[in-house]
Amino acid sequence: MNENQTCHRGKVAVLYFLLSIMMIGLAGRLFYLMIFRSQYYMAKAEDLHQRERTIKAARGRILDRNGIVLADNRTVCTISVIHNQVKEPEKVIQILCDELELDQEAVRKKVEKRSSREVIATNVEKDLGDKVRSWGLAGIKVDEDYKRYYPYDSLASKVLGFTGGDNQGIIGLEVKYEPYLKGTNGTILSMADAAGVELENGKEERIEPVAGNDLITSLDINIQQYAQQLAYETMEKKNAKGVSILVMNPQNGEILALVNVPEFNLNDPFTLDQNLVSEAAKQKAAEEAALGMDNQERRNRMWRNSCVSDTYEPGSTFKIITAAAGLEADVVKLEDRFSCPGFRIVEDRKIRCHKTGGHGGENFLQGMMNSCNPVLIDVGQRLGVEQYYQYFEQFGLKGKTGIDIPGEAATIMHKKENIGPVELATVSFGQSFQITPVQLIATVSSIINGGRRVTPHFGVEARSADHTWIREFTYPLGQQILSEETSETMRFILEQVVAEGSGKKAAVEGFRIGGKTATSEKLPRSLKKYISSFIGFAPADNPNVIALITIDEPEGIYYGGTIAAPVIADLFRNILPVVS
Amino acid sequence: MAKQQQPKTSGQRPNQKPNNIRTMQPARGGNQSRNLRQEKSPPAQKNGQPPVKKMYARRFYDYSLLFLIIFLTLFGLVMIYSSSSYSAQLKYGDTGYFMKRQGYIALGGVFIMLVISKINYHFFAKFAVLAYILSYVLMLMVMFTPLGIEANGKKRWLKLGPVQFQPTEMVKIALILLLAVVITEMGVQINKMKALYWIAALTLPIAGLVTKNNLSSGIIILGIAFVMSFVASKLRWPFVACTAAVGVIAAFAGPIATVLEKIGLMQPYQLMRIHVWLNPEAYRQDGGYQVLQGLYAIGSGGLMGKGLGESIQKLGFVPEAQNDMVFSIICEELGIFGAVGIILLFLFMIYRFMLIASNAPDLFGAMLVVGVMGHIAIQVILNIAVVTNTIPNTGITLPFISYGGTSVVFLMMEMGMVLSVSNQIKLQK
Repeated sequence: MNENQTCHRGKVAVLYFLLSIMMIGLAGRLFYLMIFRSQYYMAKAEDLHQRERTIKAARGRILDRNGIVLADNRTVCTISVIHNQVKEPEKVIQILCDELELDQEAVRKKVEKRSSREVIATNVEKDLGDKVRSWGLAGIKVDEDYKRYYPYDSLASKVLGFTGGDNQGIIGLEVKYEPYLKGTNGTILSMADAAGVELENGKEERIEPVAGNDLITSLDINIQQYAQQLAYETMEKKNAKGVSILVMNPQNGEILALVNVPEFNLNDPFTLDQNLVSEAAKQKAAEEAALGMDNQERRNRMWRNSCVSDTYEPGSTFKIITAAAGLEADVVKLEDRFSCPGFRIVEDRKIRCHKTGGHGGENFLQGMMNSCNPVLIDVGQRLGVEQYYQYFEQFGLKGKTGIDIPGEAATIMHKKENIGPVELATVSFGQSFQITPVQLIATVSSIINGGRRVTPHFGVEARSADHTWIREFTYPLGQQILSEETSETMRFILEQVVAEGSGKKAAVEGFRIGGKTATSEKLPRSLKKYISSFIGFAPADNPNVIALITIDEPEGIYYGGTIAAPVIADLFRNILPVVS
Repeated sequence: MAKQQQPKTSGQRPNQKPNNIRTMQPARGGNQSRNLRQEKSPPAQKNGQPPVKKMYARRFYDYSLLFLIIFLTLFGLVMIYSSSSYSAQLKYGDTGYFMKRQGYIALGGVFIMLVISKINYHFFAKFAVLAYILSYVLMLMVMFTPLGIEANGKKRWLKLGPVQFQPTEMVKIALILLLAVVITEMGVQINKMKALYWIAALTLPIAGLVTKNNLSSGIIILGIAFVMSFVASKLRWPFVACTAAVGVIAAFAGPIATVLEKIGLMQPYQLMRIHVWLNPEAYRQDGGYQVLQGLYAIGSGGLMGKGLGESIQKLGFVPEAQNDMVFSIICEELGIFGAVGIILLFLFMIYRFMLIASNAPDLFGAMLVVGVMGHIAIQVILNIAVVTNTIPNTGITLPFISYGGTSVVFLMMEMGMVLSVSNQIKLQK
């Protein structure tokens, strides 16, 4: 009875029916996945397949006030191999080693490595890159890239700053104006397989890069170069650890030059101990290295802009502020008589004048010309703590100047409630507190320019490469911190200081120069280390340039009037004909 | 065509002289002539037609099925080439490596199929017990002798001299053969519960052995036995009960699996598969990768697909795209039209099996075809269900299309048997 029975046929039909239902169910599931969920999965898959390659945008240039390029871009090449596309590995290895002068073993390892892309060399000069490309070997990829280039090497290094591996600013203007300089990178979106290898005929989307904007600065390369030369000469001559020169327009705060020697090469910013022209500087570097200081810490010190980031006791140059405050508050007049026995006793302290024998009897103008401490102590005491502190704040000395490079240090000043007569006396002639050189020059500028607070700055404008977009940076004059009359009186006093007083050596024939010397004792006083400085401006009746020089630890004669003032005279002699 | 044939015609050996003297056995008669080797029922007669005519009765041969098999195999080769050329280039430096290998084996397979299809299928019954015993021997050899070869952490291959194959594929065909013989020998006894126990007793041990290293093949073997006994037996409730149980387990797979894992009946990796199935995106790193990549491929296909050869998921994203996951690449390249087209082709193939089974000369032939039908249908359904993440991931190939030499050879043998059954169908004038 091995018949194929009717009941079996029925069951086979039922079986077929059930199997069909299941298959139709699966077809339904496919409909759901491929029609309704298609968008979702397609997007996910696309995400997985797309590779993004960046096209670097050219960084904006930095120019001086006359359009001379201080920071530029150079085209460099990145050479890499794509394993899957290499057809003649031996030849590829040979050519790469020969052209790029690389170690054969290292290159072989990279060429034979199974990866989507292996970088062989970066920052290769364009000529060399073109040469490698001209061999036309499959699998070698030469990509062009931009590298920051500074045509003047170390000039204004601590102002301009430099960029890192990703062309991002690291210090200086490069950081501050990063958003303007940076530009927008473009992208190439391409399809790739699971190993990341781009598909040959995959669709490619390209978003073009937008170059960064150029930054026009207030720097004047000629003044900067001359100031730098003077600074190096002074540093070498006085065996100083460093010299800084700041040149600014006191009317609007535009900085014409900021020299901070030793400078470092912006095209090679990671090499230590550059431009150590004095024995003292070399010795200091050797000591740091001997103490086992971390190289990065030493680099940070090398890159440090001391005019902005370091504070010091300004010393006698600060007498300008005390005098201005006294005149403004009407507690002293030019003709007021003072007497200097060589010291002044304040409470229980005997505070010396720099002239041991004393200046004897003198009026206020003469006191300023002599840079006489007792005179300024008296003016300070006449003002009293309350009023002195009020002027200190009014002149803008408590805050930062707002200069447009990063890392500005704040003023270090006594708290008002801690100031007694002794502290007031020392503050009056520029001791026992600290400010930055840039703060000093900004405040003195405000005092002599008619009494309006200025913001020292470099940035003048940013503009797109094709000049279709321009943004001017405005640093409006601040509050009137001083009356026009007091300002005029101060210009007169300071002109007298240079004409016949302690700043005689800053005089330049044919020009009216105003200024003030200073010799600050560094802490601790026992070391007998000094910072000599001089702040001068011209023309004295309507100044359009002000300069501050500080000499760190000069050897031999260290008086500001003797060693600092002549440098500014030299500078003015050369730049005044141009500036005015 | 098959439908025109007499419904109750019994098989007849080609060289056998028609015996018109013996009367036809009643359809639900006794169980006298169980022996397959014995000359069986007389030719069908109607209205006392002269038996001589039977000599010239035309034989049926299912060319539709033959065409389907060849078409699917060729289509499979195209898809193997499309989905594997990338990895073949990477691994062997020859884009056509997998396609060529599969092509040669398929060519041999088709030849074997044609030969088998011309042999009277009753001849195969002789080998049923032998093949069944051989299955055990081979499975044990894989598991316990050095001849068993491990691939991807699973010991599934047997290397005998130059030939390397997966015995589980052989187990399927052996079991179909054995169960067909057993069911035929049982006759009406099959309608009793006891017969089902017997079938279970024959199936479960070998299924257990297979499951040890290959869960999906074990499921297919159980499925084949289930389908064959379902068709053979008049009983209904055991089958309904089994189906219901499977449904309940599927519905509460998560909690049940957690409990099973807690009490140690389930390996942690199996529990993980259940979790991956329920939420593949949350287990991207723990096995959800393959499923997810498959879904990306399927979803990317959309309505029209990307075009043949244009899949991106096959470029290393979908692991072993030419194997279990080939259907996802079909979806990506050919879209919903291509995918549903393939499902329809399989439905049509199963439809042909149904017709052949229904018109088979005897129960043995019918059971053979039903076994093959169950095998193909279950494998297709499970494969597509896995690829679409309808069920937890388990390695199952898509018949005729997925890459795999052993699978092709034994599939072709099965197809040969089905064609052989079809060839024993006599057409009525």
